[in-house]
Formats: sequence, C-alpha cells, structure tokens
Amino acid sequence: MALDYSQKVMDHFINPRNVGEIPDADGVGEAGNPKCGDIMKIYLKVNPETKVIDDVKFKTFGCASAIASSSMATEMIKGRTVEDAWNLTNSAVAEALDGLPPIKMHCSVLAEEAIHTALNDYRAKNGMEVIPMEHHED
Amino acid sequence: MFVYMDHTATTPTSPEVLKAMMPYFSENFGNPSSVYSFSRKSRAAIEKARGQVAKALNADEGEIFFTGSGTEADNWVLKGTLEKAMKAGKNHLITTQIEHHAILHTAEYLKKYHGASVTYLPVNSEGFVSVEDVRNAITDKTALVSIMFANNEVGTIEPVAEIGALCREKKIPFHTDAVQAAAHLDIDVKAMNIDMLSMSAHKMYGPKGVGALYLRKGINIENFIHGGAQEKRHRASTENIAGIVGFGEAMEILKSRLDDDKKINSARRDRLIAGILEKIPHAKLNGARGDKRLPNNINFSFIGVEGETLLLDLDAKGICASTGSACSSESLDPSHVLLALGLKHEMAHGSLRFTIGRLTTDEQIDYVLEVLPEIVSRRRAMSPLWEDFIKTVRS
Repeated sequence: MALDYSQKVMDHFINPRNVGEIPDADGVGEAGNPKCGDIMKIYLKVNPETKVIDDVKFKTFGCASAIASSSMATEMIKGRTVEDAWNLTNSAVAEALDGLPPIKMHCSVLAEEAIHTALNDYRAKNGMEVIPMEHHED
Repeated sequence: MFVYMDHTATTPTSPEVLKAMMPYFSENFGNPSSVYSFSRKSRAAIEKARGQVAKALNADEGEIFFTGSGTEADNWVLKGTLEKAMKAGKNHLITTQIEHHAILHTAEYLKKYHGASVTYLPVNSEGFVSVEDVRNAITDKTALVSIMFANNEVGTIEPVAEIGALCREKKIPFHTDAVQAAAHLDIDVKAMNIDMLSMSAHKMYGPKGVGALYLRKGINIENFIHGGAQEKRHRASTENIAGIVGFGEAMEILKSRLDDDKKINSARRDRLIAGILEKIPHAKLNGARGDKRLPNNINFSFIGVEGETLLLDLDAKGICASTGSACSSESLDPSHVLLALGLKHEMAHGSLRFTIGRLTTDEQIDYVLEVLPEIVSRRRAMSPLWEDFIKTVRS
C-alpha cells in the first residue's frame, strides 16, 4: 500500500534538519530497537547558564515518518529550555507534520521518548532530578 | 527518467493483448451461456484462450479453469482440496514458510475454522525447500502439498519437478503457486508431475482480474465459487470474456519469446547485481544466484537503512521499486520471506527489490547504478545502526 504522507513529512524526510552527532553532547538519548525497525538517537548541547538547548542533532534508522519525526522534533526543542522541552508531546510533533498515517504514529512517540531520554541524561549529569518516563506500549 | 522496475508487482497490458481484448467489451458482448448463435463468438473466444493457456503448460484444454485471480486459484485449491479430504479423514497440509499470503492466510483460515493441521517447511539461506523435508513431513493424513514454483520476493526457484515426482510416488496431490514463475519459466505440468497450478494474467502483460487454475484430469476438488454452470460446473459466475481472451493472448506471446526474454533479463539482472555489489559496500544479495533465480529478480538488503526510505528516495528520482519490508505496507512486520531465509530483523527491514521486464532498458540499469549508491550512502550517514555497524567492522 502506498502511504499518504503530508508534504511536510516528505519535506522533512527529503531534507531532514539537524542530522548528525554532537561529540561533546551534554545529553544523549536513544529510543526504539532494530527489531521494530526504528532507532532514534538524540544529542543535546545545553547552555550552562540559561539551560537553553543551543544545539540538537539526531541520527535515525527507520522509515520516512521516523526520519521526519526526528527532524521536526529536534526543530521544535531547539532554543527551548530543558524544562520547557520536556513538555514536547508526540501529538505536537505529529500535528506539526500535518499528521502521520495512524500506523506511523509510533514514530512520533519514539521522537518524544528519545528526547526525554536525552533530557534525563542531561539532568542526571547535572545533578537535576531524573523525571520518570512514560513508556508507551506500541 | 521514468524507470519501472516492479514487474513482479504487475506488468502493463501489452498493446497486442489489449487489441485482442477490445472486441469483447461492446461488440461481442454475448453471455457465453446463452443459446443463440451471437453468443457462440464469446464461447469460441474463451475456448481459444483455454487452448492457448493449456498449450503453454503442456496441459489438456479440459484441465484449465479460469478464475478471477491467482489468489482465487490458490484459495480454491487449498479450501477445495482440504474440505473434500477432511470428509475422508485427511486434514494435513504441507506448505512452506515463504509462500505468498494467498496461500499462508488461506492455510491459517483452514486451521482456524476447519481444524486443518499445517506444516510450514523451512527454507535454507537462499530460500530453497529441501525435497527430503517434504518427504519427512508426509503422513497418512496428508491431503495436499502446496509449494510455490518461484518466490515473489527473492526469486528463488524451488525444486518443483523433484517434489512433483515425490508426491506422485506417494499419491498425494501436489499444487504449485506459479503466479511469478509462469511469467518467466518453461513449465511442463506433465513432465513435472504437477497436479494443480495457479497463475495470473497481469504478471505476464495480460489484464488484471483474471487468473487460472490448472487441475489435472482425475484430481477432484470441491468448488470454491458456487452458482451457475460455467467452467464445466467448476467455477460459477459469468465469464470475464475480454480478460480471458487477454490471458490467452498474453500467454501465447509470452511463450513465443520466453527464451529471448530469459537471456536478456538474466544478463541485465546479473549486471545490476554485480554493479550494486561493486558500488555499495556491505550490500547483501538475498536469494540464489544463476539459473535458480528468476531472471528478472534483484533483491538486496543494505545494513543500516530501512527499505521504505530507499523506495521514497528512488521514487523522487523516477524509479519504481519495491520492498519486502512491510513498513511500506499496512503491516509493520518485516518480510516473512527474509526472516525465513534467516535475516536479522534490521536486515529484513532494509530490503529493496527491483524486478525488471519488458519496460527495462540497459540505460535504466546504468541509471539505477548511478543513483542508488548515493541514496544508500546518504541514508546510512544519518543512521545510528550504520554508525554502530561500521565501528564493529573497523575494530
């Protein structure tokens, strides 16, 4: 079956933003597993004074919607504080992409999880309280 | 450039076939079951097509029954054989793990609603079924052996003649799903001891919506579509005359150029395979090599990349290909065929299939070899799996 992706999904798939790694990242998070066909890895660079995410990069193995979700989610947390970035939800990512096919919604969940994992990595390293994560069954 | 490399999904109806079909829509539209002479034209057209299909398989005309699709033929065989055999206390079906869903899902249905017992034979890393495994799976309850002629995803050609001989010796009906194979290979149902064979017109430059079942004389199975007396009371419903005419025509044309097509396709297939292996590091060819592989099938896994992304990138370059990875389909499970060949999940998710045919040119092969390496390397560069893989290779 041909999946109907929105133009935004295709745009972020063809020209993904923030692809790469940050060697001296302040927080790194990974979500997904190869068995399901999706793995997302997020790198954060946080300003020590303002706690603002100055830079974010991702690497993703997965389908077009997984790549587009990573790209959009990283765009959405860039420039936000680590506290504020935690509030990014998977539905906000999907909405910003003008929707995902129902069967691909788990890709946006994966983006949320990868970001939460990276934020918790940062929090743990900086003596902040680690926030319990909701694990989505998908 | 527009490059159609998905001939296994479907083929265009060839102009000669379409021309032969045209008079049977508005002109000679008579119902073949009617008595008046006008309808004889329709009847004669169907019988001509039956002869064309029978001849191509070395079958008798009375052994060919037209259906609505290859899937219908598969459903008919499995349900019609098992339902009848169960009345006589035989409920065992032997098939393989790599069949098309037309077989696998029908087998599951028979298990669920009719108490059938099903053996799914494994295959080796190239996709071959072992004849010995078939022999060992046979019990006194076995009602049917159904093993595909050639696999649609990886193109592996099964030892059909050997399995046919074994089943004949054991007096067990043998069916083969030849929906892909019939479009590329010489099939002689007599020499190969085939009792039942399914095929489909649209895989061989005929129209969609018409298939056929070869049912050897003496093999009695229950009907699948019940109703009128069409197809000698074996398959009810008013005949798709134009479709059937197109099938006959397509089959005759196919047969007349089979050897030439085989040579051309195999050469292009091998050039594409060699080119991909040369230009893309860590590319894995799925399936067999040489003449045990369908002449038009090329199937690769690229570690670190998911299949759907490659399809969309290729689409952006005008290339139509396919993937066994179900990420491009309704289900998210990776290909059951590639898993049966022993591929890891992530490799099974990363498969890409090109199937060449009459629309293919040498320039198109060059074009694919030009754009594919770049696409794979770009997607690998953004993949954490590739990063991990490369680290382990280097260390």
